[in-house]
Amino acid sequence: MQAAKSDIIARLRQQLHPLQGVKTTLNGIEVATASGPQKIAFPNDLLSYGAVHEFVCNGSAETTATSGFIAALLATLMKNGGVAIWISAKRNLFPTGLVNFGILPENIIFLDLQKTKDMLWALEEALKCSSIAAVIGEIPELSFTSARRLQLAVEQSGTMGFILRNNPRNLTTTGCVTRWKISSLPSNLENGMPGVGFPRWNASLLKTRNGKPANWEVEWAAGKFRTLSSINTAVIKTLKKAG
Amino acid sequence: MEKRFVTIWFPHLKTDWFVIKNPALKSIPFVLASPDHGRMVITAANEIAIIAGANPGTVVADARALIPGLQVLDDQPELAGKLLKALGKWFIRFSPCVGVDPPEGLIIDATGCSHLWGGEAKYLSTIQERLKQLGYTIRIAIANTIGMAWAAAHFAHDRSIIEPGEQKTAMLSLPPAALRLEMDMLERFQKLGLYQLKDIVKMPASVLRRRFGDYFLQRVNQALGKEEEYFEPLVPFKIYQERLPCLEPIVTATGIEIAVQRLLELLCHRLQQEELGLRTAIFCCYRVDGKVEKIEIGTSRPSHNHFHLFKLFENHLGQIEPAMGIELFTLEAQKLEDAAPVQIKLWENTGGLEHSDLSELLDRIAGKIGSNNIKRYLPAEHYWPERSYKPTDSLQEKPATFWQTHKLRPIQLLPTPEKIEVTAPIPDYPPMLFRHKNEVHKIAKADGPERIEQEWWIEDGEHRDYYCVEDEKGQRFWLFRLGHYTGDKSHQWFLHGYFA
Repeated sequence: MQAAKSDIIARLRQQLHPLQGVKTTLNGIEVATASGPQKIAFPNDLLSYGAVHEFVCNGSAETTATSGFIAALLATLMKNGGVAIWISAKRNLFPTGLVNFGILPENIIFLDLQKTKDMLWALEEALKCSSIAAVIGEIPELSFTSARRLQLAVEQSGTMGFILRNNPRNLTTTGCVTRWKISSLPSNLENGMPGVGFPRWNASLLKTRNGKPANWEVEWAAGKFRTLSSINTAVIKTLKKAG
Repeated sequence: MEKRFVTIWFPHLKTDWFVIKNPALKSIPFVLASPDHGRMVITAANEIAIIAGANPGTVVADARALIPGLQVLDDQPELAGKLLKALGKWFIRFSPCVGVDPPEGLIIDATGCSHLWGGEAKYLSTIQERLKQLGYTIRIAIANTIGMAWAAAHFAHDRSIIEPGEQKTAMLSLPPAALRLEMDMLERFQKLGLYQLKDIVKMPASVLRRRFGDYFLQRVNQALGKEEEYFEPLVPFKIYQERLPCLEPIVTATGIEIAVQRLLELLCHRLQQEELGLRTAIFCCYRVDGKVEKIEIGTSRPSHNHFHLFKLFENHLGQIEPAMGIELFTLEAQKLEDAAPVQIKLWENTGGLEHSDLSELLDRIAGKIGSNNIKRYLPAEHYWPERSYKPTDSLQEKPATFWQTHKLRPIQLLPTPEKIEVTAPIPDYPPMLFRHKNEVHKIAKADGPERIEQEWWIEDGEHRDYYCVEDEKGQRFWLFRLGHYTGDKSHQWFLHGYFA
């Protein structure tokens, strides 16, 4: 009886997400980020397509970690010759460095725009285009209205938007589906071998629609994410409250 | 289709222009004169002066004796040519094919044009009216041949429309000068008492050829349409051009939008049938006051999708200043390329670089923000990091070489390496700590060195020894030492990039 009830609830929940504009697959490719504990945090178990994801970072170190994390996500998105658009005002991204993440840098189109107004316009236009795998925008300030516009545009086309906010002045609510903060972690090689290991990040999901905030330590190795350990803060908090 | 030509004769071209410039000259006799063999000879005179007896060719002193208040102005030798050229360009609104007929005439190929004005009579009267408003007196005629139209404009003052098939009858009453002959031949006709063409035309052709030569017969045949005559259009004829004349001058933005849409539909339909796509197009608005407003667009790949092209024009339509109104719109495809029809893939949403959605998006962005802000990078055959990639502005260009993957490269590269202070234990070892922007980073792990030599055939300089290091917090950097270790205190270490 109990099992049947939870089964019905799960099925209803799955039906609910597409109605809320959340898509999880695009042409059968699934973003391979969610596995194990990550599943808890995301609605319908996977990082959603047709959504704008927000990344907050302070300082160049975090920006680097965030662009690395995004590049790792792009690798999956751009697998079959997909094209991404990267919009920024001042860009230090090294095309040759993207190859290590399994991305073909010639498939990324960079737009260098100075005015925030132009950037938002270009972002919206690009997000409306369904033949683009992902759109990345480096915009420090994003108002609720403009974020909502972007989210509405992306829901129509079903691509993916990443907003990289470097040193944002105020972190108010935006219309983005998730908000992330990525910072780098010391790498570790097996058996204490010398040298620098695979990149490791602490990915904290600060906000998510229809899901629970969480924190993971992930390693990017051999073209795949690997979760090191998970501290699901939200779960712990709720447990504590209940206890 | 029957050809129809209009010729316009400006009997007072230069003097009319002087009157337009200086309206005070309108009611007084004045002549234009230029020096000839040490005396001033009249080259052009206005109507009042001609009636009073100051014909072109008269010496100014004689004319002054005849007309006491005669105003004499300096003639500008190249004025007539310039004026005709300008007037010819202005005439584009009446027909796409306009030529100059020196010294004071224009030839217009009006085939298929006059019905847009509601018939030939209205077409001619509109031209006459408009030129009168500008300040020019003209004589105008329309006929099946250039020769006939010219003859009618200059000599048949009572009729300006020669209906098709009427050339022969219309020609008979005209003098031989109507055939555009040379002076000595005309004098010969005069001497022989042949004052009208009907006296000449009835003679057998062999006689005429013997007496007056081939040239005369050629002129007769040209006037009658037995021989083709050509003229050089002022504006080269455009094959991929569409025109939209308006009955009433357009002043509203909506009107202009509709004009662009219609022209694009016409042009794109043609291009689609011929499997062509346009790369650049120019949209011209001919204003009532004679000015031309233009918008140019470009696409990154040949396109004949009129929805997309309209979007490109739409961004710039606000720049058009209609002023008193626009009477003609033209759209011309300047650069064309083959655009074979592509098979649409129903099952594939995310396309690669070849997808038309992408190129259309980039066209829109380029139209609004400028194409120099759009960049794409291809690998270059260099190990030197700054030269390992090159920008390209084409979407189609394929990489000529492979990206280097054998060594790890940072994800962020500083545009110029930044100086850092380091503490290194022994030469050729990675540093223990370094200071960058007043922050000390203690290095926990390091890889390297990887030596990259300066390419001496491009630039002089020392090699770099790169180290990939990680500090205690887990931040990863790309450092290098420039040149060999020297031991003195000079700054040799630089930060060049960040690893993710």
